[in-house]
Amino acid sequence: MQLGERDPVTGKYTTGHDWNGIKELDNRVPRVVTFFLLGTILWSIVYWVLMPAWPLGVSYTKGLLGIDQRQTLETAVARGVSQRAAWSEDIERLDFDAIRQDPALMQIVRESGSTLFGDNCAVCHGTDAKGSPGFPSLVGNAWLWGGDAEIIAETLRIGINSGHPESRYAQMPAFGRDGILDRPAISSIVSFIRNNAEGIDDLGPLDTKGVEEGSRLFADNCAACHGANGRGDPAMGVPDLMDDSWVTGSDRETLIRTISQGRQGHMPHWEGRLSEIDRKILALYVTEIAREQAEGGNER
Amino acid sequence: MRLIAGLTTTERQTGLFLAGLVTLMGAALGIAGRNDLLGYHGLLIVVFGAVIMIALLRNLDAPEPEESRLSEYYDDPIRFGIVLTMVWAVFAMFIGVWVSALLAWPELTFDAAWASFGRLRPVHTTGVIFGFGGNALIATSLHVVQRTSRARLPDQVSPWFVLLGYNLFCLLAVTGYFLGITQSKEYAEPEWYADIWLVIIWVTYFVLYIRTLARRKEPHIYVANWYFMAFILVVAVLHIINNLAVPVSFGSAKAYSAFSGVQDAMTQWWYGHNAVAFFLTAGFLGMMYYYLPKRAERPIYSYRLSIISFWGITFLYLWAGSHHLHYTALPHWVQTLGMTFSIVLLVPSWASAGNALLTLNGAWHKVRDDATLRFMMVAAVFYGLTTFEGSFLAIRAVNSLSHYTDWTVGHVHAGALGWVAMITFGALYTLTPSLWKRERMYSNSLVEVHFWCAVIGTFIYVFAMWNSGIIQGLMWRTYNDSGTLTYSFIESLVAMHPYYIARTVGGLFFLTGAVVGTYNILMTIRHEPRPLRERAETLGADQPLVPGE
Repeated sequence: MQLGERDPVTGKYTTGHDWNGIKELDNRVPRVVTFFLLGTILWSIVYWVLMPAWPLGVSYTKGLLGIDQRQTLETAVARGVSQRAAWSEDIERLDFDAIRQDPALMQIVRESGSTLFGDNCAVCHGTDAKGSPGFPSLVGNAWLWGGDAEIIAETLRIGINSGHPESRYAQMPAFGRDGILDRPAISSIVSFIRNNAEGIDDLGPLDTKGVEEGSRLFADNCAACHGANGRGDPAMGVPDLMDDSWVTGSDRETLIRTISQGRQGHMPHWEGRLSEIDRKILALYVTEIAREQAEGGNER
Repeated sequence: MRLIAGLTTTERQTGLFLAGLVTLMGAALGIAGRNDLLGYHGLLIVVFGAVIMIALLRNLDAPEPEESRLSEYYDDPIRFGIVLTMVWAVFAMFIGVWVSALLAWPELTFDAAWASFGRLRPVHTTGVIFGFGGNALIATSLHVVQRTSRARLPDQVSPWFVLLGYNLFCLLAVTGYFLGITQSKEYAEPEWYADIWLVIIWVTYFVLYIRTLARRKEPHIYVANWYFMAFILVVAVLHIINNLAVPVSFGSAKAYSAFSGVQDAMTQWWYGHNAVAFFLTAGFLGMMYYYLPKRAERPIYSYRLSIISFWGITFLYLWAGSHHLHYTALPHWVQTLGMTFSIVLLVPSWASAGNALLTLNGAWHKVRDDATLRFMMVAAVFYGLTTFEGSFLAIRAVNSLSHYTDWTVGHVHAGALGWVAMITFGALYTLTPSLWKRERMYSNSLVEVHFWCAVIGTFIYVFAMWNSGIIQGLMWRTYNDSGTLTYSFIESLVAMHPYYIARTVGGLFFLTGAVVGTYNILMTIRHEPRPLRERAETLGADQPLVPGE
């Protein structure tokens, strides 16, 4: 190779090429580059011999170690199942009360339930399970369908207005939109409810109007479902209107909207999506956090 | 318009004809797709073509350019390309800051469909990779090939066709995402008509490059040109194969890919990884191999190392794509090959970075004093860092922790901010004063400000994503003693929140730097040129031996 001039800084020769002022030194490839190049290639060859590596038409070299990712995965899954079998069989077999008696099982319910709740329920009911407008709180001890673990497990299985063949079904009719009640009548019913429900402390001048008329209209139109005393009926998923727990809200505007437009909530069904064991854990977990919340409230 | 005055009447007529053809094609697409989103794109193409036609028509009778132009390099499209590069940089990095803020504060979509994460994110990636990176590559490659071949570009129409046509493609891509047009292949989102248009542009680019090289006066082809050629050629192959698709109809923006299932995934990541390799690596290595020794005024450390690195990189990268699909339905043996070739790939990658850094021997005092050269030095360091990290993440066991986490995002940005953007800024600060015949940039202190904004921004960004990614990966794989997962997904999101905010801050630093850089470049252009007498002295060295035709 024709050599160029000597570079004054390093004392090395250039290659003699010159591109618009750019030159190149004729340095050898550093040994370390050759070393690592050969080293990594050698390592690759060893790895190819040990692992599945090269295609052979319809098959491929399986590798001396006989490792295959599908097999590895299946083994890992099986190992997980057998590890969990220590407790999962008990949870499957025992009823809710029996599980509650077993502190070790309840520890697992709390651990696994928290993750299951975060991944499946929190998106609607909130990470604190307190819900938000339209999504009921699970810790206020106000249950639309009942708060026993058995009932919650059934709600989880079939959902509410969910499309599941056995789904729970509930609907609040649209009294205004369907022409059953006019606006003043609805307003009176709202006044009646707001004056009688627990914990409503934002009563305004409008709330004093038509309370008696509202009481009469309530008996005629609402009591059939919500009961004469307005306390609802968990057997039909009818909410209690006299407690301080509200799915969508207790302010005048929301209540007027609820009565005139109706409501129909939706809770998905989890049968086929979560295993029976997972649903059982969740049902127990939810009653646990509701209980802890209630106890925490008492202490305060 | 000075740019049009540089064209001959024949060239103006050719340009008019081509712009007319584009306008007609746009009209045809618009009419065929009038009941589809395609209609908007037809309209966009018509407007784009019409603007060029009007500009040409208004200057059609301008006097012929002087013959003396042929004895100088043809730099008009390069100057235009530099300005476009910076416009895209500011736009796309702004969108980047916005999407990063979206992850910390999701309500920043303002309930608008066009501003949802899924649409803004490809606007950011396409904007920075193709808008900013692509324009920078086209501009610098056309500059480098002329200088290192000592030959003028063979004609004055095709460089404009490439540059403007390419930007039309970028516009179609980005506006398409806002409208909801995407084929949902990462980094290859544009639909069939935009893809076909890019093929036409890219083939023209390739032919233009080859023609210039064929006219060279130098006996050898310089390293930078090897890389630019690899970039142009392989990107064409990747683009065509990955985008094979059948349109629903000629009146519909939607097309369906020729691939499905795991073949689709493999084709996509063969494309995706080699887009990184040949667009974001080979192209920018071409840039580095010219502007770094030029600015440092030092010879390349080793010609032989350049050869080893070049062939190592071009050969090995093409095998590595399957490391994006570890632990998927892709057969195990394909993953093994991807992983092993990724490991070997580290050696030529580090050899390139080493070749660049060793070139700086004898010029380290310049690195200390000159922010422009420091940009390129830091770029070479980040190139080394990122390629090490890339090979590391390609190891299956490591990948099982890092995949699907922010670590990947951090890795990509170490490369994109630290390597691609920094080498580009270094190149542009070298190129701008020389192209506009200025003594230096408008303000060296602003280059310094830009440098520190870029470095601080990159560090904040990358460290935030390393932390967040590793925490995320660990949280996803932590089990209780009972054998169930310890953390729900939402808990990992809560843990990410502070890092997402930090990332946005890092991005803001980087964006600020880009804005400062754009201002500095525009002020350099507006600034008074050096006195003519002084200019003539230096001009002799910057003239082609092979004049234009």
